[in-house]
Amino acid sequence: MKTYENTGNKDTRSGFGAGLTELGKTNENVVALCADLIGSLKMDDFKKNHPERFFQVGIAEANMIGMAAGLTIGGKIPFTGTFANFSTGRVYDQIRQSVAYSGKNVKICASHAGLTLGEDGATHQILEDIGLMKMLPGMTVINPCDYNQTKAATLAIADHDGPVYLRFGRPAVANFTPADQKFEIGKALHLVDGADVTIVATGHLVWEALEASKVLNEKGISAEVINIHTIKPLDAQAIIDSVSKTKCIVTAEEHNHLGGLGESVARVLSQHKPTPQEFVATNDTFGESGTPAQLMEKYGLNSEAIVKACQKVISRK
Amino acid sequence: MPNTQQLEDITTQVRRDILRMVHKVNSGHPGGSLGCAEFFVALYNDIMDRKEGFDMDGIGEDLFFLSNGHISPVYYSVLARVGYFPVEELNTFRLLNSRLQGHPTTHEDLPGIRIASGSLGQGMSVALGAAQAKKLNGCKHLVYSLHGDGELQEGQNWEAIMYAAGNNVDNIISTIDLNGQQIDGSTDTVLTLGSVRAKFEAFGWIVIDIEKGNNIEAVLKGMAEAKSKTGNGKPVCVLLHTVMGNGVDFMMHTHAWHGKAPNDEQLAEGLSQNAETLGDY
Repeated sequence: MKTYENTGNKDTRSGFGAGLTELGKTNENVVALCADLIGSLKMDDFKKNHPERFFQVGIAEANMIGMAAGLTIGGKIPFTGTFANFSTGRVYDQIRQSVAYSGKNVKICASHAGLTLGEDGATHQILEDIGLMKMLPGMTVINPCDYNQTKAATLAIADHDGPVYLRFGRPAVANFTPADQKFEIGKALHLVDGADVTIVATGHLVWEALEASKVLNEKGISAEVINIHTIKPLDAQAIIDSVSKTKCIVTAEEHNHLGGLGESVARVLSQHKPTPQEFVATNDTFGESGTPAQLMEKYGLNSEAIVKACQKVISRK
Repeated sequence: MPNTQQLEDITTQVRRDILRMVHKVNSGHPGGSLGCAEFFVALYNDIMDRKEGFDMDGIGEDLFFLSNGHISPVYYSVLARVGYFPVEELNTFRLLNSRLQGHPTTHEDLPGIRIASGSLGQGMSVALGAAQAKKLNGCKHLVYSLHGDGELQEGQNWEAIMYAAGNNVDNIISTIDLNGQQIDGSTDTVLTLGSVRAKFEAFGWIVIDIEKGNNIEAVLKGMAEAKSKTGNGKPVCVLLHTVMGNGVDFMMHTHAWHGKAPNDEQLAEGLSQNAETLGDY
């Protein structure tokens, strides 16, 4: 089976920062706004290189979203930066009316998504953001898996005309996708071929899915691994094609099972190809303080959890 | 440019449009619309420097953002009367498949509208973003916005008010419609605003009062003064003192007509107080 090498742990938010730095040089219409989290979002270089195109709004996320919508009027491409919680739930109505309903070309870039934010605890660990954003008509929702892919996604969304939610995280995680891989919005990436079970994963869970596929392989189970970096629009065909072969599926995400990738996949399959499915996701709960690894273990979001879910779903075939 | 009498004639026609629009669908917001008729007429016929036609980016012209989107009847009437779309389309206000939605939106591509509004408190932030885009584009034109006084109860306004002064956004003129009324009663009884002037000044804005907000000449004079204050490192706020329901005697000085349409008799009475000038749509 195909294997992937971790070229060294890196945080996905730094991928965003690197992408933004590059966009600053290549696209003069790109502007950036931040709500007092420049360091956390890795926006320092953009700010330093293009102070006239950088807007520090202070701890005022609602104003940031509204200003971003206004900046599009005049042809700018605004990238907003704050934590995922403050990028979505805190400003849902501003995004809904001033960005999504108004059809504005705003890129909402959200770090520290999910449990892996760690010790700050549940006030900062949003597990509902994918659901909130994917329900908005016209909103594209992207959750890249590693540093390289987050950088590539950051570059790609600048060329996409329309509102985008780009979700990434805080901790250093395996960096394994090719640095030169072009990012195609809405196009699933087929990582490992398999025959017995399909694992569809997004974000930090993609690496865990690859690790799980190795363990499963040792147990004689052939798992197909697909990286769904774009949750909306969902690459339905890639999922249908895969389960046509494997006859069962596990979805894996750092998000609540309500409203996440798993539900999007279930909707596609229930309409087009009813298939047994297991969900690796949080179970309608808030998070808590702890290290990222402790939290991912406690809430069942690591490779071990994926292995168990695969064994369970295969038994349901 | 139209003279004062012509502007007053347009205003009278706009009042008729407002009454007829909300009467036809038995819904909409006549009170605030009537109170701001002079402001809109003055803004679009005199104060703003506008290009022919409509493009979203609005580079090379002044821009306007309506934050309190529920006064869409006056907005639509004035946009139609200055030529953004046919006045006959006012007939479709709030109907299924219309571009004239209950609250203004870009979603149906109605010329003249650059942002959706209705959920309150968001317009000043949008106007600030557009003003910053103008600066980046080297565009010397101004950004205007209008907000209800009750709307200032929304916290996002104060984020924007703080930002504008702190970042010297001096190409914006934000007008507050000070009619003292909101849905549940007077602003003093619902949640008192205190001194709006003192609040804006404390945040670092230049504040100009237009005491007679329903007098065309006073509006023109006040807005000209506001314009003269731009470009000096500070944002400019206009406190527009208006009477809700102005021009229709039984609708004036009360919040009762905030979101209520007149019946047939009331419509006839209202129209009799505002004789046709430009021709009904």
